[in-house]
Amino acid sequence: MSEEPIIRIEHLSKIFDTANGKVKALEDINLSIEKGEIFGIIGLSGAGKSTLVRCINYLEIPTAGEVFFEGRSLKSMSEKEQRKTRQSMGMIFQQFNLLAQRNVVRNVCFPLEIAGVDKNAARKRAEELLELVGLKDRMEAYPAQLSGGQKQRVAIARAIATNPKLLLCDEATSALDPNTTKSILNLLKDINRRFGITVIVITHEMAVIEAICDRVAIIDQSHIAESGSVSEIFAEPKSKIGRQLILGDAVRHEEFGNSRKIRIIFDGRSSFEPVIANMILSCRLPVNIIYASTKDIGGTACGQMVIQLPEEEADAERLLSYLRVKKVTFEEVKNDEF
Amino acid sequence: MSFDQATVNMIMVGIWETIYMVFVSSAISYLLGIPLGIILVVTDKKGIHPIPVLNAVLGIIINLLRSVPFLILLVAVLPFTRMVVGTTLGARAVIVPLVIAAAPYVARMVESSLKEVDAGVIEAAKSMGADTLQIVWKVLLPESRPSLLIGAAISITTILGYSAMAGFVGGGGLGTIAINYGYYRYQTDMMLITVAILVIIVQIIQEAGMRMSKAGDRRIR
Repeated sequence: MSEEPIIRIEHLSKIFDTANGKVKALEDINLSIEKGEIFGIIGLSGAGKSTLVRCINYLEIPTAGEVFFEGRSLKSMSEKEQRKTRQSMGMIFQQFNLLAQRNVVRNVCFPLEIAGVDKNAARKRAEELLELVGLKDRMEAYPAQLSGGQKQRVAIARAIATNPKLLLCDEATSALDPNTTKSILNLLKDINRRFGITVIVITHEMAVIEAICDRVAIIDQSHIAESGSVSEIFAEPKSKIGRQLILGDAVRHEEFGNSRKIRIIFDGRSSFEPVIANMILSCRLPVNIIYASTKDIGGTACGQMVIQLPEEEADAERLLSYLRVKKVTFEEVKNDEF
Repeated sequence: MSFDQATVNMIMVGIWETIYMVFVSSAISYLLGIPLGIILVVTDKKGIHPIPVLNAVLGIIINLLRSVPFLILLVAVLPFTRMVVGTTLGARAVIVPLVIAAAPYVARMVESSLKEVDAGVIEAAKSMGADTLQIVWKVLLPESRPSLLIGAAISITTILGYSAMAGFVGGGGLGTIAINYGYYRYQTDMMLITVAILVIIVQIIQEAGMRMSKAGDRRIR
């Protein structure tokens, strides 16, 4: 590796002391996050991902192991240095966490005040940032008057006000509807490309990772199950949790037993239309292909196929009515008749 | 009984003394109670800067002071009052026991207001590198302002109630008039008038507190 990663996590563990005894939130986590990338951390709720992101800026102090920011161990820093370092790491949250009693522009000024930036300079910077996130016209509004997406835009402006090198996003889109999620993700990507800010995205939604991340780590039961480039992991998830998150409901095991079978006759309809695949996709039901013999003759499909329907009568009926609507010729087959 | 000029003057002086006692002791109580309330919240074991021992000790002292009935406290601190203000009579003297009783009460009111501030907002401030003092000054106090104002209205009316009790030991103000004329001399009309004035003062304070709280609260509308 040519360049020092912006974040390096080594053998990190976190144990919480609770009323019900010790709870292991993270165990032996090792990760490197490179400068300028968008790195996703995905897992089911309770997997430990929120704790992990808080260990990165030392809002949670790891029980064991170390976190290095640009090669410097946060553990070795004094509390004052840690606070200074946090000004180089912005953070946004699922619940936005804006100051309710401050208007939009003063919310964006907030981290600058903390960093000791002069009031006029802070105001100017805040206005620039609100322009960037498209909320210049709502500067004097209070958070209660904004929609969820607008609040998250203010939070993003606030998080990057101090020119951080890293932006931590803790389930930043989980409280937003799909369209707003898309626009917020685009904004994050834009910020990443334009300013070279490294972005770490914590989420439980695969779609978020797919949309903006370069690399991803899948976290499950306090451990990293697997990590790598998003395209690799999506193409071939190796861990059980990876398959579950990526393939999701697609992996459905149906037992067919001795259910009904039908014979579909291809009598000259276009071979460009994938009849069976379309039926499975639109009905979201599996079928069992028992026998097939089809030929493409000059662009028309000829032949027949015997498929077995799901045992559930309602499901079988849905498939049959799909075929009827699509005007596909079929007939019921008795056992051993084909 | 007819209300001659002297009676009216006496009532006017009573009102003034009551307002003086209540506002001076409220001001001093808040001067002490706000820092104490902040310490209670900040040093809590889930606070921004946990110091469990200090928190426990302070909590116990506050609870002790709060559990002493005000009338008993009033008498018990008489020597201390004489030391501080040189007398045990009149409105000025009553301020001492009023503050001793009210400051711990105010501390608890402030504590409960500050605890209403969303933990997420505090976490956000921490993530920006804010230190404890900045979190207190820029997050806890401004974010809890509406709740602090409602708390102040409740605290000040409570202090007003205490100040009336001080009439029993010659504390001055409306309480003394109610006791001397209404209670000892069976002048029911005097009793009713002083009580009515106290009711009006309570209403004004309470209403003013609620309105200020609402007018300054940016969460609504």
